[in-house]
Amino acid sequence: MSCRIKFRPILLAFIFGTVGIALTSGALAYQASLIPASRLINPDELVKILQSAKSEKPLMIQVGSHVLYTQAHIPGSEYIGPASSESGLQLLRKRVEPLPRSKFIVLYCGCCPWSHCPNVKPADDALRAMGFTNVKVLYIPGNFGMDWVEKGFPVAKGD
Amino acid sequence: MKKWILLGLALIAIAGLYFTTRHHGVPTGTRGKGIAEQSLAPDFSLPDLSGQKLDLSSYRGKVVLLDFWATWCDPCREEIPHFVELQKRYGDQGLQIIGVSMDDEAEPVRDFYQRFKMNYPVVMGNAKTGELYGGVLGLPIAFLIGRDGRITAKHIGATDISVFEREIATLLRVK
Repeated sequence: MSCRIKFRPILLAFIFGTVGIALTSGALAYQASLIPASRLINPDELVKILQSAKSEKPLMIQVGSHVLYTQAHIPGSEYIGPASSESGLQLLRKRVEPLPRSKFIVLYCGCCPWSHCPNVKPADDALRAMGFTNVKVLYIPGNFGMDWVEKGFPVAKGD
Repeated sequence: MKKWILLGLALIAIAGLYFTTRHHGVPTGTRGKGIAEQSLAPDFSLPDLSGQKLDLSSYRGKVVLLDFWATWCDPCREEIPHFVELQKRYGDQGLQIIGVSMDDEAEPVRDFYQRFKMNYPVVMGNAKTGELYGGVLGLPIAFLIGRDGRITAKHIGATDISVFEREIATLLRVK
C-alpha cells in the first residue's frame, strides 16, 4: 500500500515532466524569440551599414521561402532556402564553409511574425556551431512586407 | 502535499513558457496596406493540387475567402482547421474558401491537405500572384471577397476566427 502511495507521485511527475519537455522542446526548437538581443540587428541599423562607405558590408542571406524572396528582398542578399529544413541548412553550410569565421553575416527571413519564424534560429544556430563569430539576425517583428518594404527600405525583385 | 504544490507550480511554469513562446508578439488580424479594399480582386488561373486550373473569376457570385498560406507557417497551420469548419458551416450558403499555397513545392502541400482533411481547393501560388495582391510578403494573409468580386477586407497575420465569421456572415446576407 505504501509502495503504491510513493509510486503515484513519481509516475505522475514523470508523465507530466515528459509531456512538458516534449511541448517546450518542440516550441523552442525554432523560436526566433530565443535569439539573444545581442545577436539581433534592426532594419534601420542594417540600412545605415549598407549605406555607409566605411562600414564592412555583410554577406546577407535570406533563409525563407523562394516565392517571398522573388517578390522582394534586400538588394545584394542571397537566397539559400528555408533553414527550417535539413536541405536548407545544408545549402547554408555549403555556402559559408569557405568563408573566414570572422565574416560579417546577416541572416533574415520575414516570412511570419518573429516568434513564429521557423527559419532564422536554426540558421543562426548552424552558423554558430560552425564557429562564425560575427553573425547578426535581422529583427523583423511582423513580416518583411510590413517591416521592410512598407518602411521604404531598399528592395530588389526577382531571382 | 508540498510535493504536489511544487509539481503544480512546475506544470504552470512549463505551460506558461510553452504558450509564451508560441504566441508572444504575434500581430493578429492587422489590416494591411497594398491592394485597396473595394477594388476588384485580381483574377488568376493557377493549378490546384491535382493539376487542374482554378480560375478565381469562376467563383463570382460567391463569397470568397482567399487565404495565402504555407505548410511551414505556424500561424497559417493554426487557422486551417477553423477554415475547414467555416467551409462546412457556410458552404451551402455561398462561401468558398480558396487556399493559395506559397510553398516552393507542391508535395508537402498535398501531404498537409490529406492530413488536415481540407475541404476546399488549394492552388500553388507564385511571386506573380503575390504581386497581383499587393505583395504577399509575410504569411498568413487573407482577403475577403464579396459576391460582386470586390475585396472587402485584408487580414495580415493570424486572425481570430470570429472576425472572419462575422465578416463572412455579413457578406453572405448580400444577394
